[in-house]
Amino acid sequence: MIQPAQGDSRQSRGKRERRSWFSLQRKYAPYIFVSPFFILFLIFGAFPTVFSMFLSFQDWNPVRGLATMEFVGFENYRLLFTDPWFWQALGNTLWLAVAGGAPQHLIAIPLAFLLVSGARRLRHPLTAAYFLPYITSTVAVAIVFQTLLGTQFGVVNQAINALASWPVTSWMFAGLAEQLPINWLGRSQFIKPAISMLVVWKYFGFNVVLYSAGLATIPKDYYEAAAIDGATNWQRFRFITLPLLRPIMFFAVTLTIIGNLQLFDEPFILVGRDGGTGRAGMTVATYLYRLGFEWSDMGSAAAMSWVLFLIIGTGTAIQFLFFGKRSFERRE
Amino acid sequence: MKRLLVLTLALILSASFAQTNLRLALYPDLDSHLDVVLTEFLLENPDVTVEVIRREHGDHHNGLVTELAAGSGAADVVALDVEFVARFLASGALTDLSQEPFNAGQFEDLYAPYAWSQIASADGRVVALPGDLGPGVLFLRRDVLDQVGWSVDEVVASWDSYLDYGRAVRANTDSYLMTNANDVARAFWQSGVPEGEGFFFDADGTNTVTSDRFVRAFELAKTIRDEGLDAQIGDWSNEWYEAFNQGTGATQFSGAWLLGHLQNWMAPDTAGLWVTSHFPEETYGSWGGTHYAIPEQSSNKEAAWELVKFLSTRPEIQLSAFETTAAFPAVTSTYNDPIFGEPIAFLGGQEARRLFAEIATRVPQVSVNEHDQIALEIVQSALTEVLNDGRDIESALQDASDQINRRAR
Repeated sequence: MIQPAQGDSRQSRGKRERRSWFSLQRKYAPYIFVSPFFILFLIFGAFPTVFSMFLSFQDWNPVRGLATMEFVGFENYRLLFTDPWFWQALGNTLWLAVAGGAPQHLIAIPLAFLLVSGARRLRHPLTAAYFLPYITSTVAVAIVFQTLLGTQFGVVNQAINALASWPVTSWMFAGLAEQLPINWLGRSQFIKPAISMLVVWKYFGFNVVLYSAGLATIPKDYYEAAAIDGATNWQRFRFITLPLLRPIMFFAVTLTIIGNLQLFDEPFILVGRDGGTGRAGMTVATYLYRLGFEWSDMGSAAAMSWVLFLIIGTGTAIQFLFFGKRSFERRE
Repeated sequence: MKRLLVLTLALILSASFAQTNLRLALYPDLDSHLDVVLTEFLLENPDVTVEVIRREHGDHHNGLVTELAAGSGAADVVALDVEFVARFLASGALTDLSQEPFNAGQFEDLYAPYAWSQIASADGRVVALPGDLGPGVLFLRRDVLDQVGWSVDEVVASWDSYLDYGRAVRANTDSYLMTNANDVARAFWQSGVPEGEGFFFDADGTNTVTSDRFVRAFELAKTIRDEGLDAQIGDWSNEWYEAFNQGTGATQFSGAWLLGHLQNWMAPDTAGLWVTSHFPEETYGSWGGTHYAIPEQSSNKEAAWELVKFLSTRPEIQLSAFETTAAFPAVTSTYNDPIFGEPIAFLGGQEARRLFAEIATRVPQVSVNEHDQIALEIVQSALTEVLNDGRDIESALQDASDQINRRAR
């Protein structure tokens, strides 16, 4: 009597163990499988975010070691808002965000429309060509632009010189004559236009791809119906393409706002880490890098990065309120 | 066979246990120098192995900041560009070499006085030993001098004659006096520093950028810019390199080390077209240089000190660097070496090394401040506003002074 019972219990214990291991691994395996992401995210995503928030209330020179960190309350923020260089950097950043952002879309939308509706066979090779600058290293691109924009030997100035001295086109440069040859990267009034040119050239191709994809989702029936009603090309673009492209426009403009407000590499390489003449090319991102990593004032840099984050957040929120919400409502 | 293998393994193991592994972090061209002399150090110190960590100039210094901040990961011996030394000097992150068992003070007499003042703090700490120096040198184009009919001595007689030369150059040639007027301001404010003061701060740590020295430096540069005497080319750009090849700038302020860059890669085809001088009006300044330091976190300080001494105090090692990379020796006893009397073909046969040595020994001592780098960048930024945007000198310097007070904390 006892034996089978024992056998039974042993058996059932084995079964129970097997079941418990089974349920255990059923329960935890998914977490273990997704854990690499969370571990990496905690180390490289969450921790730096929390730590930089903490840091923005400290005075800390990293070279002196962690022990020298000192709590200073809102001192870093106070210093920031009274720093004329910060306001200048913010002004530069907004200037570049608009001048380097708006043309991207003004070029990309009609271009994408032409590519999708007109150049069927050339569409993909051309899109690829426009996209190429986007995947080219910013550093390489900036160095090429630096050479193109050189004062004495730059191709851009050679071209302007040629046009300005040619009687047929010289009138276009009448107002500029005194400035020739243009010191693109040396004079503060030309630095921001030069950076904007680079930004527009490098990123409009990305938007062409986005808008082409957006255009492909617009049903052809609309265009056919409009054509039957006698709508011109312009009317089709204005009354069908633009309204239906709204969600994509919202997405693309949001990406541009976020990207342009964080502008770093382009001005950093083009006019140097100090922002060039009169700091005309100093953006918030390059200034905060300089504060933290070159002037060893991590607290101020952290405070500035949070202010920048709030500005980007606000900018995107405003964008959403005026532009995004309606476009999504329309779709329903 | 097997026994032999075990024996070899055991030998290697025991050897590696007894050995100290030193890590040395540096930037180019210092590595070319190390390639030549490291074997000798290893022969003299058979129980030491050296691992050389080579990073680009900017990465090297930024990486070092990170490692010092983290409290680990820094090499046992680190090369420091002179601009960065002051920043580390006050921090306590570098070993104080004036203490036992290092007693770095015993080597003070080996060096040019100004080099020593760069690595010693006011309270007597010494955080590095000089590796090489950058005596401030004015490079002049011989062909332009000939065209205009001026001699080097006439050009550098005074700052005014230097300006006059620029006017003559503009009037008679396609060249400009210099590539960028920024350089002349820097050369000026780095000379004539009152005794006991630094470039930007006085003994009490108050900034001096609104003083007459800076006003005159800015005026000098502004005159050059306003009269169109400079080509307005930023340094270390492709255009700048091209300017050396084309002779766009008739003169260039720099360190003696520029000679190495010019003849090796920037403008090798202009050999024989250059000549060098001290700065105008008998002023002597320094422009760059390297020091070797031991981070406080190193666990091999004794061996590290041997390596620092090897690189920084041995005349023959310093001369070797002079030959490989044109890095100017910090140890002044080397200046009697025959190599200093050799004519330099690139400079049209000028015995320029004697001149460099004379400059190195005459550069005045200047005290350093941990915020020198911040002050330098802010003043240079103010200078660009004055030169390019026509800003008033006094107000630009006043703003710079306020900004320095705000950021140097």
